[in-house]
Amino acid sequence: MAETGHKHPNYMAIFWYLAILTVVEIAVIYMPLAKFTIGVLLCALAVTKAALVAMYFMHLRFEARTLGWIAVTPLAIATLLVFVLLPDGFAVLKKTDTTQQPAAAAPAKH
Amino acid sequence: MATATVHSAIEPAETPLTPESWGKLGMWVFLAGDAVGFGALLAGYGAMRATSGDWPNPYAVLGINLTAIMTFLLICSSVTMVKALEWLSKGDRTRAVQYLFFTALGGAIFVSLQAYEWTHLIHRGLHINQNPWGATLFGTSFFLVTGFHGLHVTGGVIYLVSMIRYVANRPDPAASYNAVEITGLYWHFVDLVWIMVFTFMYLL
Repeated sequence: MAETGHKHPNYMAIFWYLAILTVVEIAVIYMPLAKFTIGVLLCALAVTKAALVAMYFMHLRFEARTLGWIAVTPLAIATLLVFVLLPDGFAVLKKTDTTQQPAAAAPAKH
Repeated sequence: MATATVHSAIEPAETPLTPESWGKLGMWVFLAGDAVGFGALLAGYGAMRATSGDWPNPYAVLGINLTAIMTFLLICSSVTMVKALEWLSKGDRTRAVQYLFFTALGGAIFVSLQAYEWTHLIHRGLHINQNPWGATLFGTSFFLVTGFHGLHVTGGVIYLVSMIRYVANRPDPAASYNAVEITGLYWHFVDLVWIMVFTFMYLL
């Protein structure tokens, strides 16, 4: 029987990578590191796992490059959206931050 | 060759992006749109979390043991999905149907575990408008995002079950290859989104 479609990569290898990366992710949150470092590590691990799924399980690696551009567009839009939401976030923080405002306005009250 | 003729009869003009079928390109474009939906939900989650002072520590409150098992289950079901496609490409329809069934089963167990997790959390007082551990928006975003993903998994299980019938009804394995590949794209996408949801809503 002739093979249909493109080549099939070693799926079990990808499975083990994903499983190991998941264990690493869970280990990272219990590491005695700064919160920011943990956040960066977790984001990097998640993006790596997502890339493995897209490249090998979804065969993006073997497709036309333009299809890859279609696939990463949402990532760019979502990243932009975070920056769009930041000013709103800071505005809310400024309004609700009870520790800083009274201190600046009337330090004697403390 | 026979398949190629059938395909060209249905789809006379082929797309340079996905020469196999227009359906595949259609699924990619749909998934890109769906990804923007999830991206917006997660970005909104981030914004709400960053601006709430009393946001609880997710993994301490939600517990990640069950969720880690659910993550592992979804990864396994992604593997059975690619295996189904691989068997189909080798011309073994029976094995392909078997692996499609395992994939659907994995999805069904995932949704069941999520229902169990939700019930448990609701009993502990976490509601869409109520959170005993701090910011109310934590409950809102948790149920909204995991619910949106859970609906995708439920839809995926229905999709997979219908594909089992689709493959079973076509004696030529090559005739269903393309449709199963498109189903796979959807299923892996659901897995990919869960990787993001698990990281941002449970671990971070």
